[in-house]
Amino acid sequence: MVKHYDTSVELCGVKLTNPVIPASGTFGFGREFAEYYDLDCLGAISFKGTTRDARFGNPTPRIAECTSGLINSVGLQNPGIDKVIAEELPHLREIFHNPIVANISGFSLEEYEECCAKIDKEEQVEIIEVNVSCPNVHNGGMSFGTQPESAAEVTRRVKAVTKKPVFIKLSPNVTDIVAIARACEEAGADGICLINTLLGMRIDTVRRKPVIANKMGGFSGDAIFPVAVRMVYQVANACKIPVMGCGGVSSASDVIEMMMAGATAVQVGAANLKNPYAAKEIIEALPKEMERLGIERLSDIIGIVK
Amino acid sequence: MYKKDIYTIQSNEPLTPAVYRMVLEGDTQYVTRSGQFINIELEGKFLRRPISVSDYDATTITIIYKVVGRGTEQMRAMRAGQKLDILTGLGNGFSTDNDAKRPLLVGGGVGVPPLYNLAKRLLSEGKRPTVVLGFNTKEEVFYAEEFKALGVDVFVATADGSMGIKGFVTDAIREAAIEFDYLYTCGPLPMLKALYDNTSVDGEYSFEERMGCGFGACMGCSCKTKYGNKRICKDGPVLKREEIIW
Repeated sequence: MVKHYDTSVELCGVKLTNPVIPASGTFGFGREFAEYYDLDCLGAISFKGTTRDARFGNPTPRIAECTSGLINSVGLQNPGIDKVIAEELPHLREIFHNPIVANISGFSLEEYEECCAKIDKEEQVEIIEVNVSCPNVHNGGMSFGTQPESAAEVTRRVKAVTKKPVFIKLSPNVTDIVAIARACEEAGADGICLINTLLGMRIDTVRRKPVIANKMGGFSGDAIFPVAVRMVYQVANACKIPVMGCGGVSSASDVIEMMMAGATAVQVGAANLKNPYAAKEIIEALPKEMERLGIERLSDIIGIVK
Repeated sequence: MYKKDIYTIQSNEPLTPAVYRMVLEGDTQYVTRSGQFINIELEGKFLRRPISVSDYDATTITIIYKVVGRGTEQMRAMRAGQKLDILTGLGNGFSTDNDAKRPLLVGGGVGVPPLYNLAKRLLSEGKRPTVVLGFNTKEEVFYAEEFKALGVDVFVATADGSMGIKGFVTDAIREAAIEFDYLYTCGPLPMLKALYDNTSVDGEYSFEERMGCGFGACMGCSCKTKYGNKRICKDGPVLKREEIIW
């Protein structure tokens, strides 16, 4: 008899058929990937970081390759919240029927508030992911995410304008991730998402100049996986609210490892850019990996490592 | 549409000491236009390598690449029979849906390859393309004979004058007094800009930018145009003259 392997998880009451979620900024609004495969295999989708106003982002080059990863300095290019709601969400709903995670970024408390209040009215969005950790915008979200007080203040302001579950997406570029996560939890966050990219830099030694026009950018990809597992573990053990793990996940085995560290759901980011089928292939490989590890229900292993 | 598949190397041979031609065998149904590109996965490299398609038919894709870094160095050492994981059918490519009767094709260095299939296409549509190829020096020249074999007029310009007309492609166009009613071009940015400034006919310019994914997801290669923000990999690499902002 073929065993049934239960991959479903629940995030703040939102049921996901599996824990795999393409990470914000690596999946656009689904359009490009829908040309490759049926998106409904995905547990959820976290869409491209959205701000109040349309943004072109940073000058190019925005990309630098690294060993087992890449640095990006896109700078939150997005069409702005109104256009996202008017054009992208309706289209996303046509090509994807599972929960949508709205990634909201901002440059001020008022901007976070305004965008979250607008997205709160959108039925198809089931979770709001507040990005206080983008390393690529001058004086951008990261300044909110690097101090417990300011991260808590964003959390409070956003929670006041929405009934949807709010996850705060945190930066790894801090000295004490636990203090920041706890501050968000105390301020009412429903969950924590981590990690965003690590601030990095590459230099073109022939030209004697930074590879990226903006000099520095966010480092992601396989190389950052151990850092992500460590931070997920620390935060999951210090907080009661659920954690979405993110950072360098590129296999079913990575998904399970991150869940054992304490993640309820797992985001796949840079892997999508290398292989457009990455998220789908990871999901398809989950049952076999569960069989290998003697796991019948994926939700049983969340935070099993103490 | 585009496709990810496994392709087998049929041949991989040098055209000049630094420029190689690789013929790949596999499913080519998603390569639909001249000027599109493919994105090749290389062992040990996180990002794929985007290379323009020089020619294609029912079973093969031909690419011509210059060895400029570790990725292309790796490609140089590859042998026939080796298999590669490749995304094909990327980018918009050149359009031949216009009234031009005498189009001019101008390629600079490794910008030359995508014009080869374009020349074939234009000829098959009954148009009379002229080709100008620009290189730094005689040793770097490739594909002039292949273009001639198609039956088109070919002018070569070298910056040092060691072959053909001395100077840049713009000098060649002037010196040879080429008449044309549409321009297709691919090459280094300064060359594209010089052509834009020194010509007035409509045309299509193929741009290069450092890419992340190559299929429109990461926004790594965005540029501003008169028609709004575009991604070089997905909405380009070919932009129409009228929309270009320098």
